[in-house]
Amino acid sequence: MLELCDITAGYDRRTPVVRGISLTVAPGEAVGLLGPSGCGKSTLARVAALLHRPDAGTVILDGEPARRWRHRAPRDLRTAFGVLFQQPRLSADPRLRLAELIAEPLRATGRRREIPARVGELADRVGLGPELLARRPHEVSDGQLQRACLARALVLRPPWLICDEMTAMLDASTTAALVAVVESYRRESGAGLLAVGHDRTLLTRWCDRTVRWAELGGSAERPRTR
Amino acid sequence: MADAGNSLETYGGWRDAPGAGRAAGSRTGRALRVWVCAGLLVLIVLAVLVVPPLLPLDQQAVDLAAKLQPPSPAHPFGTDEVGRDLLLRCVHGLRVSLLVGVVAALAATVLGTAVGALAGALGGWSDRAVMRLVDLFSSVPHLLLGIFIVAMFRPGVWPVIVSVALTHWLSTARIVRAELLSLRSRPYLDAALTGGASRRRVAVRHLLPAVLPQAGLAAVLMVPHAIWHESALSFLGLGLPAHEASLGSMANAARGSLLAGAWWPTLFPGLFIIVPTLAVAGLAGAWRERTNPRRRSELML
Repeated sequence: MLELCDITAGYDRRTPVVRGISLTVAPGEAVGLLGPSGCGKSTLARVAALLHRPDAGTVILDGEPARRWRHRAPRDLRTAFGVLFQQPRLSADPRLRLAELIAEPLRATGRRREIPARVGELADRVGLGPELLARRPHEVSDGQLQRACLARALVLRPPWLICDEMTAMLDASTTAALVAVVESYRRESGAGLLAVGHDRTLLTRWCDRTVRWAELGGSAERPRTR
Repeated sequence: MADAGNSLETYGGWRDAPGAGRAAGSRTGRALRVWVCAGLLVLIVLAVLVVPPLLPLDQQAVDLAAKLQPPSPAHPFGTDEVGRDLLLRCVHGLRVSLLVGVVAALAATVLGTAVGALAGALGGWSDRAVMRLVDLFSSVPHLLLGIFIVAMFRPGVWPVIVSVALTHWLSTARIVRAELLSLRSRPYLDAALTGGASRRRVAVRHLLPAVLPQAGLAAVLMVPHAIWHESALSFLGLGLPAHEASLGSMANAARGSLLAGAWWPTLFPGLFIIVPTLAVAGLAGAWRERTNPRRRSELML
């Protein structure tokens, strides 16, 4: 159970972007969060993934409230989330080849032995050939890079997935392929999903339940760019 | 008349060159510059490494009978006011200058990278405090601060290195901090954190490789600066002990004989300062144009 209770967060204490939002994702459930751009949904997604410390409110993961954030959060808690960001270009280290990019979480958690098997399996799954795996991020398209980022998010088998406008920059067929990969992973692992976006058609078809930002009790009266 | 037309034509051709031939000309020009600089540097390094062990220099040997001889086959650069061979002394002096330049530039870069990384990593209040400290240091003129540091020790190579290193780390600290601040908010660091990377792993795997090219370039650009600084200190009599060969103290000692018409004791040490620094700066400039073509600023000397 992932519970966000009364979250207030932002980048300046005087003008929080997110005010008093509460949201719950049950295990295995897919929740879509719809909202206009700039309303703070990306910030909420970062708070949920323990990447941004909220000014107020608590994040409760399986009954245990999170006390620390970013690199101070316990590693088990951090790696419980697979996060996909809106811009694959910015969320991939430009120096790493795609294969190293996908394997990086395994290296960081000291599970090098699993790398060849796991990377091969995931590359197959997201549709990246061996030739693409040897390239660097600037040599592939946005869609191919987002596929690699999805593989990286899945490589540690996280029980929670957080997709922050994962498909906003991609064409329809790549979107469909990526959503299919996420769904097949969720079927076999029972992972919960929080998908953030403003594409209502996609989110209503993809998720078990969609909530609109305005319904969450948040005030969107001062939209700020994130 | 024909002469005038000819010169006009060449003048016109010369004026066209920067505009028309820029695309093709600048590339070959740059390649030529890189090769000339690299060749000069190889020559200098070879001379500095090979000559001193083969031809050791007796710092005290004086031959007053042969004083102030103009360049000749026996003494290609001539002799100084106490009859010592200038070529040999120049090479030995260059060796000291290069040693000081490279070691001081390395030390300054390490110090600057450490301070800049500290400021960039901590952020907020401590970042501001550290950077104000850097501003405070850079508000004092380099040479004045260097003289102050050198004056605290006995004359020798190491005080000079310490002095140059302690006055030249500021720009590297600023560069590294700025680079880190621009990297800090990139989502790929967030991705590394959710991938279970520790703070140290983020720094070593993702931040350091991004900062190193900038810091390395700053280090290379620092070498000529440090050479000049050493020469300046020696020229003022504050660097190496007076009897040891140093380009700065040689230029200083030759000032008296310059008025008597002996140009060679000033010219050759001066050339030995200028040519290596230009060669290093030329290579660093080409490197910078490669890594950061948008910033075609002049070479920092």
